Amino acid sequence: MRYAETGFNLEIDLTRGNVERVETDPRDTELYLGGLGTNAKILWDRVPPEVEPFSPDNLLIFSAGLLCGTPATGCNRTIVSTVSPQTHLMAFSMMGGFWAPELKYAGYDKVILRGKSPNLVYLWIHNDKVEIRDATHLKGKGAVETAELIRQELNEPRAQVAAIGLAGENRVYFASIEQGRSSASRLGLGAVMGDKGVKAIVVRGTKDVNVARPAEFLALCNEVLQYIKFRNENPIPGVMPILAGLGSPQEMKVHDEKWHTENFMWGNSRVRRKDFWNDEIARQWAETLDSMRTRLISCYNCPMTCGATISPPGLPTYMMKCFSKLTYTMAAFSDLEFGLGIAQSATEYGVDGFSAPQVMAFALELYENGILTDEDFPGMPADNEGRFYWLLDRIVRREGIGDVLADGTYWASKRIGKGAEAYAHNNIKKHEQLPLKLSMLNPIYFLMYATGEKLNITQIEGQFPQAPWRTREEREEFAKDWFQVPDEKFKQYLVDWEPRGEKSMPFYPTVEMCCDIVDWQERMHYIDDALGMCAGLSSFPLKPPYHLHNYPKFISAGAGIDMDTDTLTQAARRYRTLVRAYNIRRGMRRKDDKPPENHWKKRFPELEKELLDTYYKFKGWNDQGIPTRESLSELGLDYVVEDFEKRGIYSETEDDSSSETPAEDEKI
Amino acid sequence: MGEKKKKIVKTIKVDADKCNGCRACEVICSAFHATPRYSSNNPARSRIRLIREPLRDIYLPVYAGEYTPAECAGRDKYVIEGKEYEECAFCRASCPSRDVFKEPDSGLPLKCDMCESDPDLEKPLCVQWCLVDALTYEEREEEVEEETELEELEIGLEALADKFGLDKMMDTVARMSLSKKE
Ligand code: SF4
Ligand code: SF4
Ligand code: SF4
Repeated sequence: MRYAETGFNLEIDLTRGNVERVETDPRDTELYLGGLGTNAKILWDRVPPEVEPFSPDNLLIFSAGLLCGTPATGCNRTIVSTVSPQTHLMAFSMMGGFWAPELKYAGYDKVILRGKSPNLVYLWIHNDKVEIRDATHLKGKGAVETAELIRQELNEPRAQVAAIGLAGENRVYFASIEQGRSSASRLGLGAVMGDKGVKAIVVRGTKDVNVARPAEFLALCNEVLQYIKFRNENPIPGVMPILAGLGSPQEMKVHDEKWHTENFMWGNSRVRRKDFWNDEIARQWAETLDSMRTRLISCYNCPMTCGATISPPGLPTYMMKCFSKLTYTMAAFSDLEFGLGIAQSATEYGVDGFSAPQVMAFALELYENGILTDEDFPGMPADNEGRFYWLLDRIVRREGIGDVLADGTYWASKRIGKGAEAYAHNNIKKHEQLPLKLSMLNPIYFLMYATGEKLNITQIEGQFPQAPWRTREEREEFAKDWFQVPDEKFKQYLVDWEPRGEKSMPFYPTVEMCCDIVDWQERMHYIDDALGMCAGLSSFPLKPPYHLHNYPKFISAGAGIDMDTDTLTQAARRYRTLVRAYNIRRGMRRKDDKPPENHWKKRFPELEKELLDTYYKFKGWNDQGIPTRESLSELGLDYVVEDFEKRGIYSETEDDSSSETPAEDEKI
Repeated sequence: MGEKKKKIVKTIKVDADKCNGCRACEVICSAFHATPRYSSNNPARSRIRLIREPLRDIYLPVYAGEYTPAECAGRDKYVIEGKEYEECAFCRASCPSRDVFKEPDSGLPLKCDMCESDPDLEKPLCVQWCLVDALTYEEREEEVEEETELEELEIGLEALADKFGLDKMMDTVARMSLSKKE
């Protein structure tokens, strides 16, 4: 018997309309855990670098994490993986909500889509019964609307639906997959789903999910619940409210947005409004949120209530969480009422809440600077809010300038030319980033931005405080019951870290310490993405209930795979390296590992070079960021070595690649 | 008349306004009732069921009550604060008219037993796992007229006697005991 996982994947060939239930190899679970780990292995094996994102040979994999569907609190993530149309690299966004556990209860770990359906279809997975059903009547329907219509037509109120909106159908490069209160948004997963002709995947399951050692597993769950209670009652002192507690950033609860509105950038990630927040705005925004927010809501099996149902006046209700609360507002220089209103359309259309507003602000900046003209915007209203609604409609329909913008700022700027490239300034590896511009280089963040392959800072940061407390006493106080650290030395790193002086940024934490810290942070996210755990209870917050010391026990008692911290770390390194190898095979090199040039005003080219050099070595990568033969072999990834050799990846000359190191690229 | 006697009444108070829709109650209830205990979970087997329609702000945890062999003659539909709840939403019965509170494969009825176990749990598990206090547990003492407690068998026999008449039942029992002896 298989524990925690079901041991079966659904293979769906959309071209031929064929459905197969395939048993998986338990060895793969030991090596790659599940979720992202096994997704990466499947993509490596089956989607070679020649395959274009919109080729029928590209796969779109929906995977429940290894522990989804067990009683482990907050373990509900679906990891969706494919080749991104925007970056041509591996995309592996995930979504919370209710879908992954339901898939487990239906008896599957993954749904693997290949080929392309000639007509728009949806998949109906109900335990052993799997149907590909016509969805032409749902064409053009909103993602939330689609979910409701399907539940009604199937008469299955408890079915979970992951659906795309118009943006996905029209292959917008930042189209999302929406699922109730959650979405897998980054890197154009929705576009690939649309390209495959799949409007929705609907799941209902009523089978058991087993665990290997029940009493032990439940005791671990209870410990986690107790610790969540403790952390809810004991927020971390001396940090911003959204960093003090657990869960995804609690944007649906927080009224005070002084920090975000004054520290994040407005417009096309350009303008910082240092004295924006005042009593009047605070009052208005609180009123807006209170009047539109119906209820705080959670994902499956989690008490944290990070999301909310939002009912803007005169518009249908939708669900929201996190920072999309402010991205539209700030991109459009508007207010919260506008932001919550347009997010309703954006959710129905199914677009990413980071990229979409930035793309629109980018377009308006080009317009202001004469690079785009009135001819490009026929009939566009004069007010900012109206323009955003107008642009959003054009983009999701790929009409006129919308067709260009639908490819995201990087590709749009190439198509527009006339110097537009300089306005697509906030990307990493062609992907839009959080609107954040800061003064002095932060070495930890430098490494995370440069090397994080999920291409979103929130998906690699966490665990380690973002800045040192002012006094040593405060730092010691924090370190006292900080049992989550992988090693005692991390406590010392923190305690010695000063806001000013010799032991302050950018030279402290030292390069070696930065490597340790970043590696820990990243490792936690990778483990979460394999187990299906919400980052909000694990990799993202300070002092989370899940950590490197109880995870191995959860896996042992849950899945029946004996693990300790070392073997878990080794497994995480294995599939993390495989993700890297996959992207290397698709052409990614050191030149791509860099934050936006203007992310910090004050840069330190030599230090940055040293950071990257040292971190690459630490990770077992050569100076081009390519995993070395030795490190691959140590992880049991000899098949990667073979492939690299066959493709001549190791024999590339040094000079054609080293000319663009971040140090030499420094312009500001 | 019987004597006055103290009795513990166990109550779970459901504050539906606090429910966030997480279904942790369903997870832990079904895990508790698995054999061996906690060896599996499956919300479809839970003895508490969450009716959740987020877009209409409907969050209603309902506990499984008695099995009923026949559905009601009519159905009820509630509208509260403008929200229309699904048919029979508030009913706790495991009833032929619907598929809730039944084992998914066998169709056998499910009923909340307040997590009966030996030794007693401090609180029912759904309550323990609902950290937002939508479910809270209360015990109170009540004075009741002492009645001779009917054994389970007696309750069953009484129901049969009601249905078929005592004479017919006795005949049948006599016939059965004869055929067993043969
Ligand atoms: S912490 Fe928040 S985002 Fe994470 S699973 Fe719980 S409710 Fe969902
Ligand atoms: S555990 Fe509590 S909050 Fe969660 S669904 Fe059940 S009653 Fe609602
Ligand atoms: S009290 Fe126990 S048996 Fe009843 S619904 Fe709650 S968890 Fe289930």
